[in-house]
Amino acid sequence: MSDLFGAPLSVINVGLAQFAGPIRAAGADVAEVEWAPPAHDEGIARALARLINRADIETANQTAFGRYLAAQPTLRGVGVARDVLDGLGERMILHSGPPISWDEMCAPVRGAIAGACVYEGWAKTPEDAEILAGSGEISFAPCHHFGAVGPMAGIISPSMPLWIIEDPVHDHTTFSNLNEGLGKVLRFGANAPDVITHLEWMRDVLAPALVKTLDRLGDLELKPIMAQALHMGDEVHNRNGAASALLIKRLIPAALDAGLDSKTLSDVVSFINSNDHFFLNLSMAACKSMLDAAHGVPGSSLVTAMARNGVNFGIRVSGLGDNWFEAPAAIIDGLFFPGYSTADANPDLGDSSITESAGIGAFAMAASPAIVQFVGGTASDALSNTRRMGHITFGRNTAFTLPALDFMATPAGIDIRKVVDTGIAPVINTGIAHREAGIGQVGAGITHAPLACFSAAVAALAETYVD
Amino acid sequence: MNMGTRIIADMYRDSVALMKISSAITLLEGVSQASCIMATPANLDLLREAGLITDDPGARPNEVLIAVEAETDSALIAALDAAEATLRADPVVVESGGVASEPLRSIEMALDANVAANFTLIATPGPFAAAEAFKSVQLGLNVMMFSDNVSIEDEVALKAQADQAGLMVMGPDCGTAIIDGAPLGFANVVRRGTIGIVAASGTGLQQVSCLIDAAGSGVSQAIGTGGRDLDSRIGGITTKRAITTLGADPDTGVIVLISKPPAPNVAASVLEHAVATGKPVVACLLGHVPDGPGLPGVSYARTLEEAAHMAVTAAGGTMAATPGGLIDGPLPGLDADRRYLRALYSGGTFCYEALTMLGETLDGVHSNTSSASTQTLNDPWTSAANTVLDLGDDLFTRGRPHPMIDHRLRNERIIAEGQDPSTGVILFDVVLGHGSHEDPMAAMAPALSDIPAHDAGGPVLLGFVCGTEGDPQGLARQRAAMTDLGVLLAENNAQAVRTAAAILGDAQ
Repeated sequence: MSDLFGAPLSVINVGLAQFAGPIRAAGADVAEVEWAPPAHDEGIARALARLINRADIETANQTAFGRYLAAQPTLRGVGVARDVLDGLGERMILHSGPPISWDEMCAPVRGAIAGACVYEGWAKTPEDAEILAGSGEISFAPCHHFGAVGPMAGIISPSMPLWIIEDPVHDHTTFSNLNEGLGKVLRFGANAPDVITHLEWMRDVLAPALVKTLDRLGDLELKPIMAQALHMGDEVHNRNGAASALLIKRLIPAALDAGLDSKTLSDVVSFINSNDHFFLNLSMAACKSMLDAAHGVPGSSLVTAMARNGVNFGIRVSGLGDNWFEAPAAIIDGLFFPGYSTADANPDLGDSSITESAGIGAFAMAASPAIVQFVGGTASDALSNTRRMGHITFGRNTAFTLPALDFMATPAGIDIRKVVDTGIAPVINTGIAHREAGIGQVGAGITHAPLACFSAAVAALAETYVD
Repeated sequence: MNMGTRIIADMYRDSVALMKISSAITLLEGVSQASCIMATPANLDLLREAGLITDDPGARPNEVLIAVEAETDSALIAALDAAEATLRADPVVVESGGVASEPLRSIEMALDANVAANFTLIATPGPFAAAEAFKSVQLGLNVMMFSDNVSIEDEVALKAQADQAGLMVMGPDCGTAIIDGAPLGFANVVRRGTIGIVAASGTGLQQVSCLIDAAGSGVSQAIGTGGRDLDSRIGGITTKRAITTLGADPDTGVIVLISKPPAPNVAASVLEHAVATGKPVVACLLGHVPDGPGLPGVSYARTLEEAAHMAVTAAGGTMAATPGGLIDGPLPGLDADRRYLRALYSGGTFCYEALTMLGETLDGVHSNTSSASTQTLNDPWTSAANTVLDLGDDLFTRGRPHPMIDHRLRNERIIAEGQDPSTGVILFDVVLGHGSHEDPMAAMAPALSDIPAHDAGGPVLLGFVCGTEGDPQGLARQRAAMTDLGVLLAENNAQAVRTAAAILGDAQ
């Protein structure tokens, strides 16, 4: 008997599971889709349908993904924000996530901004600073709008030192602030005098020492360090112990040769050495570098940023310009430090989800099975998370491989179409901030990007494809 | 009475799955009513009408709402728990290489997992079905849309796009098909053979393919097109593609076309297309035959029975019963008051065929469907004079399963007709096959037993079974059960309709 469609019947069954059995019994292949209405919204479903398997989008994504892969983020130095950020106002403070007004900001971000005002000398006390910040005299903008990223509150004020990351392939520069360490720190909204004193030490001692050290060291490509750390149990977002150690290995010989006085040398080395997250900010700026390279390809459906301001979660898409597509930020499922619970948690906060956007962090969870213990998971859950992300990404980044998955490359290039079509939300590893300013980190866990951001982006992309 | 609801957030289940759970919960001890729904505004209205909810339960459209009415508090809780447990039961996950594989969540994901896939079977709510069908076509897949409630504009666009890409879109509202021997949707298990069928009618396709099977012949392919394919706005795009494909298929010797009467220009172009294949063509455009000789090479059938007969003959086989006859044996008489036909169909095309046939023989035929020769019932829930009903009509199926799956509504109507002293003949169809009720005669037995016996002055019960011996319900078993219940057994719908008219002819 011949085949109606010129090849043996092979069915994809959508919607009614009971239809599969008889087809299979008759000897034909059946793949069963566990279907749910895309975004539970007919308009989104139709918009999505118009975007599936379009040659022009595939070409645009190929271009964007090629640029992402080709980027070569390289640590070039440390500079002061007002000197290196184009267009940064004299009284401007940058924060994490999508744009937000002072009135809407969450407490940790407000606390951090107040601390930055004191640090800049714009106010004497955090209380005065809050009044100043609410007066309209200070302007606020997302780090992302200046090519920068910052973890948690992500505060960058004009006199703060920044890492400078250059991508020579695309002649593009990105930035991140320097990690302050753990405990009571500005990025969790702490602004007591000792927090400000520590920031001043970072500006006056740490930053100049790093400038001298990096001068000795020369350019430092970051992707190889990240790749090596992935083989050592980091996922380079919520675990950075190996990457921080690898960085110190590079820095110390240069620092010894940089003409630093012994007290400075000793203080700087012991500060970096005490902080397992020291590399995080570099990892983030490197990811920002790779994704900026992919941004701005007309028609592309690939995500180039996911970021949270503690109130809203926002994404940017390569083909959709500088628009943000936002939804309320989620409360995170995780493990809490003793004495804290979900009731204390601030909604999802920080630019650090730039790592997942770039295919590491939770997307490389297979490299770091210990992470899943935050949510009571098993090592095989970590592998499943990485595999699952492969269903919503355009390709794989061969620069980053995963030993536990037979050195499979990490899934990368989140495609908004695939996210909405499958309902599989990007997974994110993250720290959890206390909902009140200044208390600091209260836990860590695993969360997911809200699907509504991706639905809104699909609708917007469909509008650019009116036939 | 105790009433309660429970919301299951972020869950989607299709309505058939939810209805199955609803009926299972209703059967629990102490439960008087139960329903699981996706909490859309329309579904919430249904629950309100049913008295299962009074105020706003606060559920959103992407949530499942369980609503239960029970005799005791403990029965209520037990029922809610049971429903939730069933809903939350883990889906079966195929294990491969020790790692649980990810469930397939989209057509594209399924295609990635199986690049040989060439066909999508879509049974989702209508507004989403069109989107899934467009995706399929863009991914290079042929499509069968079981779903209805798809706009004609979408159907036109979809079929045009598919045709350009060399793909076939069967449906929307395509209930059944048999492709390469695989039964799709509500299909019967039919022997393979040389007769190719192209049908715009699901029950029409089932009746003809089952009669072919009964005659010992077989079907090469049975392609459903959806009821509107021969509408002039669509112009028979799928029908023509199906005809071309069957024309080129070396295993197809005869082509059968089944449809309600199409627009004349579409009919002409489709038939010319069929003639061009050079193969014998049987055209069954229900009740519609040309006045003249028609096109060369085309046999025109008035009924589904006749179409099957012509096809079997053209394929070199023979059919036992000659078309146009009555059931074997003497016809039963009726008391003087018992004058009217009450035909209660689950198959829409059977209803249509009955109306076209009865228009010539009986007066005062009423129906819930509109037709040139009949009157529309004022109240579809109450019969008047001769009444022929399509119980699969949206009017009757709103909020409940199709009568081929769930016999409760038809059973109630059978009992009601049995109590009417003017009822002469109760005629009904029983449709077998995948998707239909697992034992329809068992489901109907209580209602049929409730009717006053014919030899005690009751009405005549007359039925037929559309199915094959290969169907899960078993043709012979269902026919035997029908006879045991005192039902006169016809071979097919046309024979049943003629027999009913003959029995009632004297009375009217």
